[in-house]
Amino acid sequence: MSKKEMIQSDIGSVLSAQEIAEIDAELAHIPYKSGAAIDALKIVQAKRGWVSDECLQGIAKYLEMSAEELEGVATFYNLIYRRPVGEKVILFCDSVSCWIGGCDDIKSKISNVLGVDYGETTADSSYTLLPVPCLGACDRAPVMMVGDDLVTHLDDKKITELFGSAANGSAK
Amino acid sequence: MPTIFIDGQELQVNDGENILEACLNAGMDLPYFCWHPAMGSIGSCRQCALVQYQNEDDTRGRIIMGCMTPVTEGARFSLNAENATEFREAVVESLMLNHPHDCPVCAEGGECHLQDMTVMVGHRDRRYTGKKNTYRNQYLGPLIHHEMNRCITCYRCERYYKDYAGGTDLGAQASHDHLYFGRHEEGLLESEFSGNLVEVCPTGVFTDKPFLKQYSRKWDLQSAPSICTGCAVGCNIAPGERYGNLKRVHNRYNHDVNGYFLCDRGRFGSGYVNSEARLDYAGIKKSDGSFMAVHQQQALDTAANWMQGKKVAAIGSPRASVESNYLLRELVGAENFAAGFSDTEAKLMASVSQILQTTKAVNPSIKQIEAADAILVFGEDVTNTAPRVALALRQSVRNKSFELAEQMGLPQWQDAAVRNLAQDQLSPMLIVSAMDTRLDDVASQCISLAPDQIAEFGVAIVEAMAGEPTSNTQANEIAQILQCAKNPLVISGTSMQHWGIINSAVAIAESLCGKKSSCMLSLCVPESNSIGSALLAGDMSQPLSHLVESAPEVLLVMENDLHRRLSAQQMQQLMGEGTQVISLDMLENPTLGASDMVLPAASYAESQGSLVNMEGRVQRYFPVFQPANERMPSWQWLLKIAAATGHKSLSKLEHFDDVVAACEKNHAQFDGLAIAAPDNSFRDRGLKIPRQTHRYSGRTAMNAGVNVHEPQQPHDTESPLAYSMEGLNRDQPASLTPYVWSPGWNSNQSLQKFQSEVDGPLKGGTAGQRLIISTAKGATKKSENSTTDMQPHQWQLVPVYRVHGSEELSVNTDEIAELAGHSFVALGEVVAEKLGVVEGDGAIVASGDIEVSLEVKILQRVAKNCIGFAAGYTETMAFQAGSLASLTKDKKWQRREPQLIASDKTIPDPMISTGGSARV
Repeated sequence: MSKKEMIQSDIGSVLSAQEIAEIDAELAHIPYKSGAAIDALKIVQAKRGWVSDECLQGIAKYLEMSAEELEGVATFYNLIYRRPVGEKVILFCDSVSCWIGGCDDIKSKISNVLGVDYGETTADSSYTLLPVPCLGACDRAPVMMVGDDLVTHLDDKKITELFGSAANGSAK
Repeated sequence: MPTIFIDGQELQVNDGENILEACLNAGMDLPYFCWHPAMGSIGSCRQCALVQYQNEDDTRGRIIMGCMTPVTEGARFSLNAENATEFREAVVESLMLNHPHDCPVCAEGGECHLQDMTVMVGHRDRRYTGKKNTYRNQYLGPLIHHEMNRCITCYRCERYYKDYAGGTDLGAQASHDHLYFGRHEEGLLESEFSGNLVEVCPTGVFTDKPFLKQYSRKWDLQSAPSICTGCAVGCNIAPGERYGNLKRVHNRYNHDVNGYFLCDRGRFGSGYVNSEARLDYAGIKKSDGSFMAVHQQQALDTAANWMQGKKVAAIGSPRASVESNYLLRELVGAENFAAGFSDTEAKLMASVSQILQTTKAVNPSIKQIEAADAILVFGEDVTNTAPRVALALRQSVRNKSFELAEQMGLPQWQDAAVRNLAQDQLSPMLIVSAMDTRLDDVASQCISLAPDQIAEFGVAIVEAMAGEPTSNTQANEIAQILQCAKNPLVISGTSMQHWGIINSAVAIAESLCGKKSSCMLSLCVPESNSIGSALLAGDMSQPLSHLVESAPEVLLVMENDLHRRLSAQQMQQLMGEGTQVISLDMLENPTLGASDMVLPAASYAESQGSLVNMEGRVQRYFPVFQPANERMPSWQWLLKIAAATGHKSLSKLEHFDDVVAACEKNHAQFDGLAIAAPDNSFRDRGLKIPRQTHRYSGRTAMNAGVNVHEPQQPHDTESPLAYSMEGLNRDQPASLTPYVWSPGWNSNQSLQKFQSEVDGPLKGGTAGQRLIISTAKGATKKSENSTTDMQPHQWQLVPVYRVHGSEELSVNTDEIAELAGHSFVALGEVVAEKLGVVEGDGAIVASGDIEVSLEVKILQRVAKNCIGFAAGYTETMAFQAGSLASLTKDKKWQRREPQLIASDKTIPDPMISTGGSARV
């Protein structure tokens, strides 16, 4: 087995063939392998929801960089998750426009209904609640993202529609 | 030289420097954190703020960062403007938001740059009442303690570790208020230079772990200027002592040698000084083989008695001082003296010293090595044989980026910009070696060849440079790269124990020296005074094997564990019946065990002497503290033996300075020995230089637990230093700087107050004196290349050196012994696969009548037909470099469990001491 094949098989036990293929596609566009670091992290996260230590080490090896260097990149961006998250991540905007629009009360409501604070995941792993400094939809504040969907003009009613009410527990 | 104005004061400043440097050069106290003279500026901490004014009429000005602003003609600044001082105070206040108030339990306290800067900006009261961030610390191995809560996010650690020292396993993680500096996972910091983090960190995030376990404040340490004995580089160190224990080793700045940095062997490898294996008293062997402790006088009388009228021979040591070796040689006469090298080593060292004295090439200091723009590393794993030189080589490959920066008009100190500009472009470094070296990661080309072939390859390079056509394309290529360079460097050494390699290296370097061009040639040698011993031996010295055969009646062995140099058979012959052996050394070792009398020698930290480093620079070390029990420096033992035996010339000598003078007088090659450092009569403003700081506490009371009588301070009759806090530590000759400290600057950053200018030599000059000045006649010799005939299934043994493990003394330090791990055999992937072993399996290596089962280590690249063995490790000590060996899989091998680092035991809580009880 050649050295390259050995690394491949090593990585293969961590990263899926499809992930490797997608990373290879990114690599085709750039002169330095480490330049694909962010894309590789996004590819893996898209498939698995988050980036585990093993995945991070696998990507680092594949991109010929040290795990420390890649860790620096992964932890710098707060939308690369280095801990498991729920099925859907709620990115709740707490920036100026949303704050004027009363996002504090809505956040309390969400926390109340789902039983989680910022950085926490619901017991059934459906949601992780994270703050975000702006979603670029100030004209429709307060806003948040639930998974890939932008939810605008938030109020108690919308929260109940989405997550139910505290009385009947969190969503499910 | 541009003129600038700071607070109306007109200053002539150096062209191309920045305002921070200009202020420090002018003696102004401008606070800073992230800037470091060796690492330049990144403008990250915002601490060195000043106000810059457009012109004379501008009264408002604007805040600028001193470290990021180049000096320009006529520029106007203010350090003391209210908005500047307010800004600087605000920066410290913001840093203190998260900094814990744990100074009393922090190892940095009392020598903390953050403390100094906090006081300097006048920040006293915290207004912030919120919670502080807390972090989980990491286990970083036995040398470095991690305390992330104290971090002020200046990025110095990461920039030092990654950018400067080439480490890959420490990085900045996350961002803004939860920035974290650490490893991806807990574990040993892999760099051989990790210890410098202790001095680079402006506060207590990275601290000296062995020091923590026996901690004393900087102000309570007694220090003396010293020289590291870990290898032949001769780094200047400042060891600190208290309660009779060597507590820690700090860097001592030498502009030409080590600059600001040490390797981990140098910083952490002195623990053996406190070892329980140290000899305390003289001993005479009883008939049952054990030793009877005797008083000093009794030992001397017995020794004199033994030596009376007998045929006496002596073996010196390349790890002992010039003075001790000189005395030993005089004592027994040149014809009965062996320098203490093994036979192979003696030949190599004789030719190295010859080469240094005659070569046309430039013999560079480390500072000069950093200026090389093309490097040929020839058969040497520099990181493991002369570690500090390897750190310099990591800087020289950056000359490419400085060249690019110059084209763009960027000053070198613009660190981030220069790195960004160059990306991964480096000056060429070509490595020709038998196996992996720790510089492979910055090399432009690595060529793996067996030792004989390395020598041959060198000849091909010389031929290619002479314009002779050669079929060796790699040799052509290397020749061309070296010839195109402005300031090339060839670095080789004795580690392969191969004369042909050194000879080829010299030939390459010298053929690059023409009318208009020159080349640097640096040769790594094994021990701290190898060159000194070679100079002393000259052509007169007895090879060790001759001495063995001459069967002396009495043999004196000084600071030399002979089983590292002789075969078991030779040892037996030498130390056997019929010879009375008197050994002088520090630590228990097989040679001492086989001797008839043992005399306890002082370590480098308790004695003074001179060492000649690999470039031929002689440097003096001074005792940090007085030797305990009946230990005595070797030179004193020898003078006493000379007196007891009534030696004609030596019995007239009394003091260290007498020995220096006698040595200089009798040996022209040591001309300059006396000026390596001032003598005992030196006084600064009427006083000796104090070893103790002005805040040294408990001087008369620290032993009150043992004896309430206040002891008198010991007098130092031999050196220009005093065991005292009285005297001045300021502007003295550089060789007499025991520690750095300046009003308002308690940390090691006070060094800038001792430098003549930022990053320049010390105000007291540069310590040490070059003994070897080449005649430049040329040292190239026609080499007869040897080739080893290989039988099938035979392998050539190549020594593999380790920073931690290969050196004799440092490995007696607990932490170093742990890092050294077990002896090993190093194989290439292909060989390992054929043999059916993987990393951690066992293989039996048999060479001559030696057969050892060793753990397998797999290397990235190994020359054909070569296998490596751990050099300097007990199990593999008997292997000869270059000899042939057979290799088989050890089927009974038990794989070792991953090593648990024993020194990571929790630090004992001082409140739960074993003696006495706090409970009533």
